[in-house]
Amino acid sequence: MTYIPISPKERDAMLAAIGVKTLDDLFEAVPAAHRFPALNLPPALTEMEAAAELADIADANEHVRGDLISFLGAGMYNHYIPSVIDHMLRRGEFYTAYTPYQPEISQGTLQAIFEYQSLITALTGMELSNASHYDGATATAEAVNLAFAQFRGKRKKVIVSPTVHPQYRAVLRTYTQGMELEVAGDDPNADLNSNPADLAGLIDDTTMLVVVQYPDFFGRIYDYTKLIETAHGKGALVCVVANPTALALFKTPGSMGADIVVGEGQPLGIPMWYGGPSLGFFATRKSYVHKMAGRLVGETIDTRGQRSYVLTLTAREQHIKRERATSNICTNQGLLALASAIYMSVLGKSGMKQVAELCYHKAHYAAECLSQIKDMGLCFSDPFFHEFALCVNRPVEEVNARLLEHGILGGYDLGQDYPALKDHMLIAVTEMNSKEEIDVLAEVLEEVSHD
Amino acid sequence: MTNPKIVEPTVFELSSPGRIGVTFPTPDVPRADFPTDLLREDLPLPELAEVDVVRHYMHLSKFNYSVDSGFYPLGSCTMKYNPKIDEDTCRLPGFLYTHPLQPIETVQGNLALMYQMQEWLKEISGFAGVTLQPAAGAHGEFTGVLMMRAYHKARGDHKRTKMIVPDSAHGTNPASAGMLGMSIVVIPSDARGNVDLEKLKAACDDTVVGMMLTNPNTLGMFDEHVEEIVKIVHDCGGLMYGDGANLNALLGIVRPGDLGFDVMHFNLHKTFAVPHGGGGPGSGPVGVSQRLLDFLPEPLVGILEDGDDEEQAPLYGFVKPPQSIGRMKAFHGHFGGGLVRAYTYIAMHGPDGLKDIAQYAVLNANYLLARLRSTYHVPFDRICMHEFVAEGQFEGSDVRALDIAKRLMDYDFHPPTNYFPLIVHEALMIEPTETENKDTLDAFADALIKIAEEAKSQPELLHEAPHNTPFGRMDEVKAARELVLCCWLPEDYNENA
Repeated sequence: MTYIPISPKERDAMLAAIGVKTLDDLFEAVPAAHRFPALNLPPALTEMEAAAELADIADANEHVRGDLISFLGAGMYNHYIPSVIDHMLRRGEFYTAYTPYQPEISQGTLQAIFEYQSLITALTGMELSNASHYDGATATAEAVNLAFAQFRGKRKKVIVSPTVHPQYRAVLRTYTQGMELEVAGDDPNADLNSNPADLAGLIDDTTMLVVVQYPDFFGRIYDYTKLIETAHGKGALVCVVANPTALALFKTPGSMGADIVVGEGQPLGIPMWYGGPSLGFFATRKSYVHKMAGRLVGETIDTRGQRSYVLTLTAREQHIKRERATSNICTNQGLLALASAIYMSVLGKSGMKQVAELCYHKAHYAAECLSQIKDMGLCFSDPFFHEFALCVNRPVEEVNARLLEHGILGGYDLGQDYPALKDHMLIAVTEMNSKEEIDVLAEVLEEVSHD
Repeated sequence: MTNPKIVEPTVFELSSPGRIGVTFPTPDVPRADFPTDLLREDLPLPELAEVDVVRHYMHLSKFNYSVDSGFYPLGSCTMKYNPKIDEDTCRLPGFLYTHPLQPIETVQGNLALMYQMQEWLKEISGFAGVTLQPAAGAHGEFTGVLMMRAYHKARGDHKRTKMIVPDSAHGTNPASAGMLGMSIVVIPSDARGNVDLEKLKAACDDTVVGMMLTNPNTLGMFDEHVEEIVKIVHDCGGLMYGDGANLNALLGIVRPGDLGFDVMHFNLHKTFAVPHGGGGPGSGPVGVSQRLLDFLPEPLVGILEDGDDEEQAPLYGFVKPPQSIGRMKAFHGHFGGGLVRAYTYIAMHGPDGLKDIAQYAVLNANYLLARLRSTYHVPFDRICMHEFVAEGQFEGSDVRALDIAKRLMDYDFHPPTNYFPLIVHEALMIEPTETENKDTLDAFADALIKIAEEAKSQPELLHEAPHNTPFGRMDEVKAARELVLCCWLPEDYNENA
């Protein structure tokens, strides 16, 4: 099966116009010894066969909309996605277009990105947003790139809270391998009971950036205003990695004085899709716009006096600056930025807040139920949003295996990343979890506690 | 100055207090107290009904040109038709609603698909290993350059800091190396569009990390000395990076691994028809030769327990290469939107179908070249691969490539890439792909020939184009100078600025 719309007769006419006899004659520049390898791949399937094969593969998974009740979060969340979003995403005009290089025939994409930027700006309380990065982890790494560029490499210290998502910290380290940075604070053995604001003691005048998470990896909410003031006192920037659902309810990092706010956009109407694609949002202050990576859409006017939008400040980008570019980024997560813009638009002021409140109430109900189980208990007492660390006092792997027997996807095993949190799991609760599901979770854990 | 005319209001302008788009159930659990000192005061998001939202995005969609609406010969971007079945397979609930941190026993379908993709991409490219993690081509490039750096470092070879890049390279190549503080050595192209071998030899010494080569290059030319280039770079201890942007021309034609390349990124959104989504998401897996295997990013998908041929399927899971450069992103790459679509596409083509793709992509490009070369000057003119570059300028005329590009819109075509590659004046880089029929190619060639006539007889028609589109040319200087990036601004905006 192919999608080539050329008949043999047309092909022969085209070959004649080119002046060669066969298709193979077009490849004489390719070294003969390696030309036309026999590829060991299965023979082509028809559409009917492919549809069946892919359905079989998908059926070999257990998913959280039928097979399993999920209390797993840790950076990706099972939220309700209104039907309208996918109906719009399936418009070929959106999903089969490319980067809007030609603004006259790309205003749909451009205005949608401009609105996405505006919605993220409003949600984070910042001054501007770019058109998005690959995910929350790479957006966090791009914050380091921004700070590095801002100080022209003269400040080399990055302070990273140990309560930033472990995978984000790992990506940050991968990205900065060539910068010879000093990464401080990122110690999995640190006292996790202490307020992340205690990182202030590490800030000095070689510090370029402080990275904290909000809510942190354990779901806890802190006001970072004082930490940010201290950082600014030493001339350092602060990046807050934020959960966008929480931002509908809680103080914005912008109002705390953050310089950069990044985060994972998946909760904004994007399916979990086994981890991607999603998007990383990136918002900052106007004074840093020239050091920021990623695409940007700006408002302008066309020759007919119509308000319109273009990609702007492209002189920052790789195709112009080449090796002097801040980053090699070419694209944004276009279609997913559109998805999240539609999500924020259709939920709007009331829906976004409702989802955040539902998550909050249900997570607190779950925490209340689970903390009453003998031998189990909440690990921290600080305010939290929709995730919390639960001490289960036995290997998390065993507990999760028992839960799975009951069709429950248990929490993330925190001992993998934090030795002090061996036998602790991170439980996530969203608007998708009913009271009944939470009660079942409590019942099964109660059973486990008697083993 | 008069206010600009608003063609479609923004979602903020459409908002009306009290309108509701989606409601959620009331809580079935007791309400918990909020920490009042941590709550935000206002949430300045729009208030719209569902129908408002649908009409708004429908209006916006009509302002877009897309592959589904017409011919999109954007050079180097491989804007081929995106099969509709891929949109269905990637939305199967088993893919959409699986969490990346689920126990591996519950996601054997996903892991089997990823394992198979690694194997297929290895077979198609001739490499020894593949990572599926990079999120896009540029991300894959960065991954590749990190591995090259790690390879030399692991051998104690610390003086290698130079990356060789031809002058026809994509801007991402020098930018990726620049992100790691490497210096760039640019090698010019010769008269046939090949890398200048003498200049390359002179640049190769024991400070070279490697070379980043796009082949076919951005002129659409297959480098006639590719094996010699690889040998020269290897002889000085360097590694060979292949930019897989143009892999569409090579499927079943030649495998970069067989030519001696050490590392290459794939662009699943180009070669394997994953839709471009208005600028993303892409997907940029990377293939490596034997000597870079240990440096691949973690995690890879491996077989943890063998199955048998009959009943028992193998157990798939994650493995970490011993000297891994680390993680490139959270979780496992662009699984749903990228890998599932590309898997469907490869499964439906098989070995012969893949070869057909490359052959017809090259046929279409050469046919257009044959139709246009007497009207437009083609500075590097020999049998091309999947694309070619013409000059968008005429002697004695002030018409430029930009004018031609804009005028093409009036004929209902998306323009080619213009002003790239940098080594051709007023470049028009044309990549038709294999999914266009002869009638479309003829209509496009006819339009370009007509435009060349218009350039002589009515140049103002081109300078002022486009005329038939919903929007005219934009004031890009105003956009950059005034920098309005948001239609909603906090009250203290000016104080902070």
